[in-house]
Amino acid sequence: MSKKIKTIKKSNRQNTRFLHVMMLPAVIFTCIFCYLPMFGLVMAFQDYKGFLGFTGSKFVGLENFIYIFKMPGFLSALRNTVSIAFFKIILSILVPLVLALLLNEVVKHARYKKLVQTVIFIPYFLSWAILGGVIQQILGYNGSINELLKDLGMTPILFLLNNQWFRPIIITTDVWKGMGYNMVVFLAAITNVDIALYEVAKIDGANRWQQLLNITIPGIRSIVILLTILGLGNILNAGFEQILMLYNPVVYSTGDIIDTFVYRLGIEKMEYSYAAAAGLFKSAVSFVFVMITIKLANKFSDYRVF
Amino acid sequence: MIKESKSRMAFNIINYALLGVVALTCILPFVHILAVSLSNNTDAVAGRVSFWPVGFTTYAYEYVISQGRFFSSVWISLKRVLIGTAINMFLVIITAYPMSKEEKEFKARKWYIVFFFITMFFGGGLIPTYMVINKLGLLDSIWALVLPGAFSVWNMILLMNFFRGVPKELEEAAFLDGAGHVTTLFRIYLPISLPSLATLLLFTIIGHWNAWFDGILYMNSPSRYPLASYLSTLVISNSNKVSANMTMEQIEQLSKISDKTVSSAQIFLAMLPILIVYPLLQRYFMKGIVVGSVKG
Repeated sequence: MSKKIKTIKKSNRQNTRFLHVMMLPAVIFTCIFCYLPMFGLVMAFQDYKGFLGFTGSKFVGLENFIYIFKMPGFLSALRNTVSIAFFKIILSILVPLVLALLLNEVVKHARYKKLVQTVIFIPYFLSWAILGGVIQQILGYNGSINELLKDLGMTPILFLLNNQWFRPIIITTDVWKGMGYNMVVFLAAITNVDIALYEVAKIDGANRWQQLLNITIPGIRSIVILLTILGLGNILNAGFEQILMLYNPVVYSTGDIIDTFVYRLGIEKMEYSYAAAAGLFKSAVSFVFVMITIKLANKFSDYRVF
Repeated sequence: MIKESKSRMAFNIINYALLGVVALTCILPFVHILAVSLSNNTDAVAGRVSFWPVGFTTYAYEYVISQGRFFSSVWISLKRVLIGTAINMFLVIITAYPMSKEEKEFKARKWYIVFFFITMFFGGGLIPTYMVINKLGLLDSIWALVLPGAFSVWNMILLMNFFRGVPKELEEAAFLDGAGHVTTLFRIYLPISLPSLATLLLFTIIGHWNAWFDGILYMNSPSRYPLASYLSTLVISNSNKVSANMTMEQIEQLSKISDKTVSSAQIFLAMLPILIVYPLLQRYFMKGIVVGSVKG
C-alpha cells in the first residue's frame, strides 16, 4: 500500500514537470506577442528613426510626452475619450439591468422571453465593420431616419457629420450592440436569488413591485456594483474600432479619442515615437485605473481575477 | 384583488410591448439591409425601401458573386477562422488545465499568474506590436492574423474556472488508475466542460470572423484582406467621401451615385454565417457566459 502511494507521489512529481510543458506554448506566444512589444516602448523616450533602430536612435527623455501634450487635438481627444467612455460604462450597466428586470417580469410566456433574449443578443455578435455599414445606411442622407424626417416635413440631419449628434450616436449604438451580454448576466443573477424569499413576501402580501424593490434589486446589488467597478477600468477605452469606422475629420472635435489619435499619428503620419508616447501615456493611466478597480472589487466582493 | 390584477395586466401589456420594441431595434436594421440588397438601386438610393424590397432584383447578389474580390476575401476569412480557432482552442485547453491546479499541486502557478496578469492590462501598443510582426516576417501572411492573438488569457480564465469546478475525486480516481495528465484532461475534464467549450468555440469563431483591424494593419495588399477588413474599407471610404463644406445638393448627388444595394448585399452576406451559427450554439453559451462572469 505504502509502495503504491509512493509511486503515485513520484508520478505526481514527474507530472508537475509535464504541467510546465503544457504551459510552454502559451508562455512562448505571450513572450513574443505581448512582452516583446513592450520593449518597443523604449521608442517613446527616443527620437526613433527606422534606419537607426532602437540602439542607434537618440534618447530624448520626456520630450515626446511634452510634445504630444502640446499638440492641438490631444487634450480634446483625451477629454472625448473620458466622456464617451464614462457614458458607455454607466449606460451599458443601466440599460441591460432595466431590460433584465423587465424581462424577468415576463412570467407566463417563456417562449416570448426566450425570443426577446435571443434577438437582443444578435448585435453583440456583429463586427463594427458590419454595423458601421448598417449605421451609415440608416443614418445617412437618404437613410431610413432621414426619410422619416423628410416625410414629417423636417430637414434631414447629417448625423455622422454633426458634432452635436456624433457622440450620442456612438454611445447609443455601442450600448445597443452590447446590451444583450450584460442582460444575460443580470438575468442569471436574478434567477440565483433565493425563491423562498419571494414565497415569504407573497404570504406577507407584497406585490410584484414591492418584491422587485425589496428582494430582486438587493439580491443582485452586488453583481451590479461589481460590474460597475470593473467597468471603470475602461475609462480610457472609448471604443477604437467603432469610432475608427464611423468618424471623419468633421467630427474630430467631439469624436476623436486617444486610440484614433495614436492610430493617425503612428500609422498614417508614421510618427512612431510620438504615437508610442501617446500610447504609453494611455496604457499607464489605464493600468492605474484597472489596478484601483480590481482592488475595490476585491474589497467589495472578494472578487479575484484568477 | 381584481384591481391588482387589472393593473398587473396593464403593466404586462406595456412591458411586453416595450421589450418587443427593443427586440425590434435589434432585428429591423438587418431586415432593412436585406430589403435594400434585394431592391432596385434607384429606389434604394432614393430612400424608398424600408422593410420590403422595392423593384425586386437579385442584381446586387449577382454582381457581388461575379466579383472575384468578395469571394477571395471570404476564402481568407474561412481559412483564418479554421486555423485560428484550432490554434486558439488548443492553447486555451492545454493552458487552462495546469492553471486550474491548486497551488500545492503546482507550485509555479503563482508565477504564471503574475506573468499572464501583466499582459491583461498592459501591452506594447499598436506600433511596437506592428514592428514585432514585421520583424518576424509575418506581414501579408495569414499567420499575422492568427498568431498574435493565438492565446487569450481571458478565455483561459473562463475555462480554468470551469475546470476548477470538476470534482477532484474524478481526477484522483483517474490518477490511481494510472492515467497521466493528458488522459485526465481529454477523458475527464473536456467531456464535462462541453458547455464552456461550446461558449469559447462560438466566441472564438465569431471573433476571427469579425476581426478587421489586424487585417488592415498587417496586410499590405488589399487583395489579402479577410472579408471583415474588406468591408471596413468600404465603410471607411464612405465616411471620408462626405465632408462638412459640401452643400446638401452635393451630398444628395453623391448619395445618388452610390451602389447602396451592392454594399447592402455584401453586409448581409457577411452577417449570414453568424446568424446561422449563433442560434445553433446559443443554448450552450448562455450557460457559459454565466459561469464566466458571475463567479466572483
